[in-house]
Parts: sequence; structure tokens; C-alpha cells
Amino acid sequence: MSTVQPRVPLISVTPRGLYCARGDFYIDPWEGVDVALITHAHSDHAREGSRLYHITQPSLSIIKRRLGADGVYNTHIYGEPFTLGDVLVSFHPAGHILGSAQIRLECEGEVWVVSGDYKRDYDPTCMPFEVVPCDVFITESTFGLPVFVWKSIAEEAEAIYRWWQKNKDLGRNSILACYALGKSQRVLHALQEFTNQPVLLHGATQALVDLYREQGVPLIATEAAADYGKGTKGQLILAPPAAITSVWARKFGPFESGFASGWMRIRGNRRRKAYDQGFVISDHADWPALIQTVRETGAKKIYVTHGYTDELSRFLNEQGHSAEPLETLFAREEDA
Amino acid sequence: MKRLVALFEAIDTTTSTKNKVTHLAEYFRAAPPADAIWTLYYFLGRKQKRLVKRKMIQEAVQELSGLPDWLFEESYSAVGDLAETIALLTETIGPKALSDVPLHIWVQDRLPSLSKLPDEAQKDRLKQWWRELSTEEVFILTKLLTGGFRSGVSERLVIRGLVEAFQWDEAVLSEKLIGDWPITDEWFLTLGSAQREGLSLYPYPFFLASPTDDDPGLLGDISEFAVEWKWDGIRSQIVKREGQVAIWSRGEELISQSFPELIAMAGTLPDGTVLDGEILAYEGDTARAFANLQKRLQRKKVSDKMVKDNPVVFFGFDCLQWAGLDLRDQTLKQRRETLDKAVREFAHPTLRASHLIHCQTWADLFELRKESRSRQVEGLMLKRWNSVYQMGRKKGDWWKWKIDPMTLDAVMLYAQAGHGKRANLYTDYTFGLWKDQTLVPFAKAYSGLSNEEINKLDAWIRKHTLERFGPVRSVMPLKVFEIAFEGIALSPRHKAGIAVRFPRILRERLDKKPEDADSLASAMELLNAPTVQS
Ligand SMILES: [Zn+2]
Ligand SMILES: [Zn+2]
Repeated sequence: MSTVQPRVPLISVTPRGLYCARGDFYIDPWEGVDVALITHAHSDHAREGSRLYHITQPSLSIIKRRLGADGVYNTHIYGEPFTLGDVLVSFHPAGHILGSAQIRLECEGEVWVVSGDYKRDYDPTCMPFEVVPCDVFITESTFGLPVFVWKSIAEEAEAIYRWWQKNKDLGRNSILACYALGKSQRVLHALQEFTNQPVLLHGATQALVDLYREQGVPLIATEAAADYGKGTKGQLILAPPAAITSVWARKFGPFESGFASGWMRIRGNRRRKAYDQGFVISDHADWPALIQTVRETGAKKIYVTHGYTDELSRFLNEQGHSAEPLETLFAREEDA
Repeated sequence: MKRLVALFEAIDTTTSTKNKVTHLAEYFRAAPPADAIWTLYYFLGRKQKRLVKRKMIQEAVQELSGLPDWLFEESYSAVGDLAETIALLTETIGPKALSDVPLHIWVQDRLPSLSKLPDEAQKDRLKQWWRELSTEEVFILTKLLTGGFRSGVSERLVIRGLVEAFQWDEAVLSEKLIGDWPITDEWFLTLGSAQREGLSLYPYPFFLASPTDDDPGLLGDISEFAVEWKWDGIRSQIVKREGQVAIWSRGEELISQSFPELIAMAGTLPDGTVLDGEILAYEGDTARAFANLQKRLQRKKVSDKMVKDNPVVFFGFDCLQWAGLDLRDQTLKQRRETLDKAVREFAHPTLRASHLIHCQTWADLFELRKESRSRQVEGLMLKRWNSVYQMGRKKGDWWKWKIDPMTLDAVMLYAQAGHGKRANLYTDYTFGLWKDQTLVPFAKAYSGLSNEEINKLDAWIRKHTLERFGPVRSVMPLKVFEIAFEGIALSPRHKAGIAVRFPRILRERLDKKPEDADSLASAMELLNAPTVQS
């Protein structure tokens, strides 16, 4: 008599986050743990308080800035495996922001991939997404509905440029609300094609732009908004979304406000946010990219997290995949 | 068509009223009159017929994009707008060959021809059109097809746009644009001319009161004001011209057929008469709940029994035209004299003049205002005796001084994703009160929170969902909110047995636990507040 032991899943959801018992580590834990693997430097994924962090080499300077320079960081090159307990671990480009990674885990011949946040669109400010074949794929689903389809960044950057010039003609500034890490740099890169006028930056954005430049990412010329006072006219100013409604923005009046976000795809969101202009730019996968990626990984099992989990998994199941929502504590990303 | 799309987008992407007017003016100057008249028609929110079934358009887009029903519904619930959902999903067919067909060809020829085709042919035609239309055009055409087009600007701004474009007279324009008019390019071109031809049963543009808060003392001496109760009825104008009568609501909707006894009464008035006032449910000398009026409005045809069971009166408070003479430039004092005289002479049980309240001081009035609730009124109206009858909501002469609403503390039970402006977020909430050991839903409210509060609540709802039924989630009964409302009445149609008017959220009661929320019994106490004769 022999019994077949059902395999214990390599990753489980615990109150502190995704946990891998065979390697005794967490991935993007939402509180301090002993060993944490971090997919990327956004604050909902990289949190402070852990004893040891495994991160990608290109994300080091950003994570240090966000979590403090005195943390213990083990850095890794994309694609280079290392061992934690019984598990062979490697980081692979996710195409989300500079240094972002999918995490591949291999144990007893079974391969799991945790996507983190990712996109498939053109973005020369970071390494492009790499398809990593696997048995189990844990995918994000921030924009997991078919109404989310992105235009090219070039098209939206041109729209930003035209908006800026129109406001300039009317003697107004243009303040663009833009996630300080990743999206701002992507916009600053894409604008190079249209102009060489400098763009002004909010202090929070400035710091991260400097870190991108240090790694050799070419961006349009920028200047500190802080150096410009009342009476400034015709400038494009990039700032984190929270800054636009603060007193900081007031000295740049009269201005029009814009918001660069995947949520701007929907008219109701544009109105609700009360921005004058919406630009549909996201560093997350759109619907076609999510479906394409799941297919390309060849995964037999798909777990869906971080967004429209129920909807995407149901659709994947109807398409003949085996998918399931994974309830995690990641909230809806308002600024995505 | 592209010009209309550009106008719509321009209006949609500016929050400044001034810019909206400028965009409208630019449009009207540039558009051919044959298109401009249709834009005017739709922007003034005119009644549109639904030309095809929603289901049919939905099926066409699903066939095109290969999406199952439930995923279409989920997309719809995230977007919050059917036409926009359809427009966004047409992008799944990839690049399109764009053409530009004029608006009047669309609405006069193309769209009506669609409704004559059998379902399958309708779908094929739609799919073919979609290949030639931008996403924004699909959005607007779908709105026109389903009769749901909203311009997002008020009637006043549209008129200001025309004024800015052609320097037409604003007052003449607003008067000409009330009621029915021909949708032709010739008529558009005559809009600027001052005369109005033929018989007109149109009302005058309504003058609306502005809210004032707690210190009307700042407005001036109380003797300068006509003071009236603010009744909870239907603001309306009765128009009698050349032997015919029309009754118009404040929204400039014709409501004559709901009130045959008022039509009969007004038939005895002299030609060339316009009275402004409030229709009230009224029996003997007592005002009754607004619900009784609603019963009348809901019927296409009002039976004799309905008239007998739900009696109404017209409480006139102003006389805008008398025996062919436009009185609007007279003072309220003079107009009121004409009104009082008319009511006396034509002594008719369904025509009364509103009661004037005489108080010596604001302090006395403040005391009297406290009786509002028991008198079943919403507060007081204050109108300057020496004011002329203006148009729209112009601050300064007419004020409404409302009483504070009733409130109850209730527990959030359900949340539903909002539509339109608040798509994609859980913004519509159902609240419950205690009855024995259970919470019974008693009110639905969706206004009263800031965007920031809504965002926070949305995240909370997603984390505390018990069950999902389509777009609705039941949530853990943990949060207590103070709900304000204007009126309360028995209602067997509601689970709680009561219905409240204009419920809204005042604030979250973080200091209260769910067990501290109010009970249905305390709601019933509000219901039993004494009803007093006026
Ligand atoms: Zn991220
Ligand atoms: Zn994320």
C-alpha cells in the first residue's frame, strides 16, 4: 500500500505576505520579516523592517533611498540563480520600473514565478519583460478587464507635449501628476522625441530622476521647480499626485493639471479626480498583455493577485487555463 | 461628427466654466447650422427616443470582441457607463479606417434607418460603422442611439455660449428655447431675432432662490422681505393663453396631464396669464406628504378616482403675466397685489395665494422657523419686496432658509459601484437600523462624502466584503454613519416600512459601535412628530 502525497504548495499566503517555507523567505512582505525578496522598489512592495533583503542590482540605489542606507541588502544580477534553503532563486526583468523583477523559484523540479508588477509595453528606462516558462505563475491583475488597453507611450507623450505647448501659448503652466518612481522617468524619456525644452520637477521626483541618470538612463533636461518662483509661465512641471492639491502647486498658478495613469482610460475616473487632462500611461500590463503573458509562460496553474483577481481568473478558466484568485493585502493602486 | 466630439472632449477636459462657454461659442461659430441645431438640441437635454435595444448593441460588441456576458457586465460595472464600455471594447478590433460623416446625417438618416432593420442586420451595420469611427465617436453615437446623451453643461452655459458666439440677446434666446421648436437650420438662424411667432404656451424662465445659512439678518431689514413657508411641492408655472392652458414644472417639463382639476381651474383665468407657485398635496386645510403628489406624476393618465383620493391645490406666490401684460419688471410688491386680487376674484378651491408670514424681527422668525417640521415644510422663503422677476438662480433677492435635516445613526450593510462620475468605486451605500437583533435596510445614500473619504471607504469595502451579488457587495456590519434626510413617511414597499427623502451621509460616527446605532423604533418616533394645520 502506498499513498500519493499531495504536494505542499511552494508558496503560501500568510498574514505577513507570500511565504516560501522550503526556503524560509517572504516575497514583498507587508511587515518586517527575517528574509525578504523584493520584486521592486514601489512602496507597496518594498517595506521596511526586515533583517535581510534580496534585491536586484539595478534597484539597489532606489531601495536604499526608500528603506534606508543601513539595511542589509544582497544584490543579484538578472538571471543569476542563488540558493535559499531547498530553493533555487533567480530574478528576471519585469519591465515595470528600473530594477523591477519577477522572481523565479525552483524546487524539486517544479518552477514557480511571482510576477510582481509588470508590463509588456515599450519602456527603454528599464529592462524589458522576459517570459519565464514555469509550472505555476502568480500574476498581478491591476488592470485585468478588457476595457484596459493602452496606447503607445509615444502617442501619449505627444499628447502631453501638445497640451504643454497649448498652455504655454495661453500663459499657463502645466502640472502633470505622475508617480515619482518609474512613470515620471518614462515620460521624461519619451518627451525627448518632441522637444529639448527643460521640464521642471518637484523635489520628490527630482531625487528619483537623479538615481535613474546615475544608471545611464537618458532623460530630457530637467530643472528643480523649487528654483522657480511666482510668475513662472509656460512650464511643464512633474509632481507626485499628492502635491497637485497641496499649497506647493499654488505658486505655479495659473496652471492646468494633468494625470498620467492607467485609470485615466475611464472617463468617470478622469472627472472624479478633477484633473483637467488625463493621459493613459501605465507601468502595468493591460488586458491583452495579461492574457498573452499567461499563455506564454505555459504555466499549468495560475494564481491571480493584486487587482481584478476574480475577473481575470474566471476568464482564464473559461479559456481552458487553471486559475484561482489569491487574496493578498495589496490594495488597489490609485496612482498606477 | 468630429467637430461635436472635439467639443464634447474639450468641455469634458476643463473644469473652468469660462472655458466651457468659450468652447461652446467656438463650436457654434464654426459648425454648419444643420449640425449646430442638433448639438443645441442635445446639449439642452431634449428628450430623445431610444432607437435600438441596449441588448443588441451589447451583443454586437461582444461578438466583435469575443467576450462572455459576465465579463461585459464586469467591464460595464467598472466603467460605469454603457456607451463608454461599448466604445472602449470596440478598440479590440485594432486599427480603424476613420471617416467623418456630418452630425445631421447621423441623426436624421443613419441612426433612424438602423431601427428599421432586423436585429442581425442592425448588428452588422453597427460593426461596420465601428470600423470607421474613433472610440470617442462610438461613445457619442451610442449615447444618441440609446437616448442617454448628456452634455455635462447646464442649459445656461449653452445659452451663454450662443450669446458669446453671435451676440444674441440672452433673455430672448432663453425664452425661445423653452418648449418645442423645429430642429432645422433655418430655425437656428432665426434664433437671434427678437420676435416670437404664433401661439406660445411656454412658461417664463423660472427665477430660483439661493440657499442662505443661519444668519439672514445680514440680508437687511426683515420688513424688506416677503416671508413664506417653503412648501414641499412641485414648483410650477400655470400658463393660460388664447383659451389654452399648460402647466410646467421647474425642469420645464409639461405636467398638465397630471392635474386635470388645475387645468379646469386655470381655464377660467383671463388670456395672457402666467402664475408661478407650488402644487401641493392638500386636503381640507392640511398639506399632505409629497408621496401623494408623486402618485399623480407617475401616471400618464390620471383617473377621477385618483383626483378624488389625492387632492391638490395650486399655491400661487407670483404673477408673471396678467391679461396679456408681462409683469416681470414690476416689483414683487406690485405683482403680489395682482396675484391676491386674482385669487380673490376667481375664488376657486384649488387656487390659493401662499401665506405671508409677518414677523417684526429676525429673532421672531428664527423661533417660528422651528415649527417647520411640524408644519411639514422645509423652512422659509425670503423674497425682497422690491425685486423684479429674474431668470435662473441669481443671488441677492430670493433666498431659501432651510431647517436642519433629521438624522439617524445607521450601519452600512451594502455597497454598490457608482456610475458615471464615480465609476469603478464603491460609492452607493445601503444603511440599516436595528430591529430586534437584526439590521434592516432603511436608506440608500451616495452623497455626502469627500473623494478622499470615498477612496478610503472603497478600499475598506473591498477588504470587508461578505458576499458579492453582481455589482453589489454586502459588507461586515461594522461602520456607523450619521444619515441626514428631509422627510420620512410610511411605505409598505420598503423592507423597513418607512421611506426617507433625500438621504445623505453627514459623517462617519467613528465614536460609535454598530450596536450603538439607532433602531427602527427611533425612526418611527420621527414619523410620529405631530402634524399641524397650516
Ligand atoms: Zn509597482
Ligand atoms: Zn504593485
